[in-house]
Amino acid sequence: MATGTVGPSDGMRAHLSAFLFRHRLLKLAALLGAPAGWFVVIYLGTLFLLFATAFWHLDAFTGLVVKRFSLANFQTIAHDPVYRTIILRTLGIALAVTLTDIVLAFPLSYYAARQAPARARNAVLIAVVLPLWANYLVRIFAWRLILSPGGLLVWLFEKIGVHWSIGYSNVAVWITFSYLWLPYVVLPMYAALERVPGSLLEASSDLGARGWKTFRSVVFPLIVPGIVAGSIFAFSLTLGDYIVVQLVGNSRFIGNVIYDNVGVASNVPFAAAFALMPVAIMSIYLFIAWRLGAFEAL
Amino acid sequence: MCGVPSLEADLSDVEPVPPTPAVRLEGVVKRFGDVVAVDRIDLDVREGEFFSMLGPSGSGKTTCLRMIAGFESPTAGRIALGGRYVTGLAPYEREVNTVFQDYALFPHMTVAENVGYGLMVRKVPRADRRRQVADALEMVRLPEFGERRPAQLSGGQRQRVALARALVMRPKVLLLDEPLGALDLKLRQAMQIELKEIQEEVSLTFIYVTHDQEEALTMSDRLAVFNRGRIEQVGSPAEVYERPATGFVAGFVGVSNVLEGEAAAAVAGDPHPFTIRPEKIEMHELDAAVDGDSCSATGHVREVVYLGATTRYIVELDAGASLVVMQQNLATSSMEALQVRGKAVRLIWRRSNNRPVEAPAGALEGSMDQEEAQAS
Repeated sequence: MATGTVGPSDGMRAHLSAFLFRHRLLKLAALLGAPAGWFVVIYLGTLFLLFATAFWHLDAFTGLVVKRFSLANFQTIAHDPVYRTIILRTLGIALAVTLTDIVLAFPLSYYAARQAPARARNAVLIAVVLPLWANYLVRIFAWRLILSPGGLLVWLFEKIGVHWSIGYSNVAVWITFSYLWLPYVVLPMYAALERVPGSLLEASSDLGARGWKTFRSVVFPLIVPGIVAGSIFAFSLTLGDYIVVQLVGNSRFIGNVIYDNVGVASNVPFAAAFALMPVAIMSIYLFIAWRLGAFEAL
Repeated sequence: MCGVPSLEADLSDVEPVPPTPAVRLEGVVKRFGDVVAVDRIDLDVREGEFFSMLGPSGSGKTTCLRMIAGFESPTAGRIALGGRYVTGLAPYEREVNTVFQDYALFPHMTVAENVGYGLMVRKVPRADRRRQVADALEMVRLPEFGERRPAQLSGGQRQRVALARALVMRPKVLLLDEPLGALDLKLRQAMQIELKEIQEEVSLTFIYVTHDQEEALTMSDRLAVFNRGRIEQVGSPAEVYERPATGFVAGFVGVSNVLEGEAAAAVAGDPHPFTIRPEKIEMHELDAAVDGDSCSATGHVREVVYLGATTRYIVELDAGASLVVMQQNLATSSMEALQVRGKAVRLIWRRSNNRPVEAPAGALEGSMDQEEAQAS
């Protein structure tokens, strides 16, 4: 068939395409139907169930879930100092991990986005992303082997005559988390830095500002959304994780409490109530970020 | 003693010491890898003049500007500002300011904060700063816009803010990198006049980079025509237009009408290449009389472009070249002008308008580069 002739099937296609063009809502529905359905049912649905379950409680005698509204779980969380300590510990480590990652990510992403020639930039980015190809558990076990008592680090220290071990501790948890989430902080920061036009830096320099001043007054305000995006990853992922804590730590975090209550104690309502804690903390975190104007320049 | 000029004689007819140039480039070279962007340029820009660097894209004019600003450092050669060598200095150590092609306004700051940025860096007290910012915004006719954000401004307004931000620093030299390039024609013409007025008002040295020859001719006191990293000619707009030094200049500044070789010999009696401006040529019937002071050539009208006030004719000469002829539409209508297509005509112009030029090879390329530059 010569090109340009319109066959019957083309006519059908043209009809369909014209129909969709006239009914834009339908087109939008066809485009977003599946992901929106997934999002509403699976994501918001579970979140709602979580929320509802948090207000049920476990009958201490029968061990059965009582499906009646009660604040019992929240009272336990508020009054038991163990839970308060666990929440504060998780929060503290999450903040430390977030800060560490921001500090580590900035020079990397600045170099990749603004200074490196194309080849070096790709090398840096690949190096940052490469660990994501390895299994998460494998990477945590690697850190366990490095940090544990009798591990690689201890052995290295002994070689130079120092007897010191990080062992299974919060420091080990902090190091491992910082390592795990670094790519998630580097990438948005890199994207934000790359979006800052070079002429803005030149203009600042042209107007008399040295490097540090340009960073404070021009670069930093413009990449705050990228930093916040990265910090949300590092912060929220730390709040929710329990495997790292199990493998390299010696204390309990929010995630472990939830895990234990779902599994060992089969107190699902309490687990749900405790799961709302990181949700609440994240909400406060986002609220603060929003109030600081972090999303204005998005 | 004889033959050796005495010291006294030297002193008596001594020339006035030339004033220190605002900007001096001495043998400046800039290479990017294998590419020579700027190839041994010497240039003096005088104090207080409106100086344009004109040339097609990739001719080295912007690189020159960026080296004066300090964003690039020359591979070889020296740069002086107001008699002081600044070759190795950073941009923040130079008393020049730049108006960027994309304006480079800080998007997270208000207009007033943008304009006051340099003063803030200089630690000018807040009250002083506010007054100077207000004055600068007044000068660019945006007095009420201090609290807006750059995103809320039109292109022309952003352009003025960028200008105010540089002017408020009272630089020795203001560098403008195709500042009107992104504006539409009407606005650009209005801004050209305004820029020139502002320059006269503040009596600063302006160095203005453009690929638009009309802009360069309208605004400049002097201009330099760049081609392939070199300067082809420096002079006043009239000099450059009336007496182009090379075929490239003739082609780039105005329309390229270069005749050379056989065609030149047939028309002017000398094979040396020369250029003739399109508006100097008259178009007549074939049997028109030619006097001894004039050149004449016969040919056919190949193309007619009606431009409103003028009409441009492209005439294929029987001698084997073509000439562009520009005629005022004094009594011609578009219909009449278009009917001339295909007609045999005789072109006549005064021999004294012929300008001999060098380097005919560059001429054609020049005109093509210009079309490209104007299209972009």
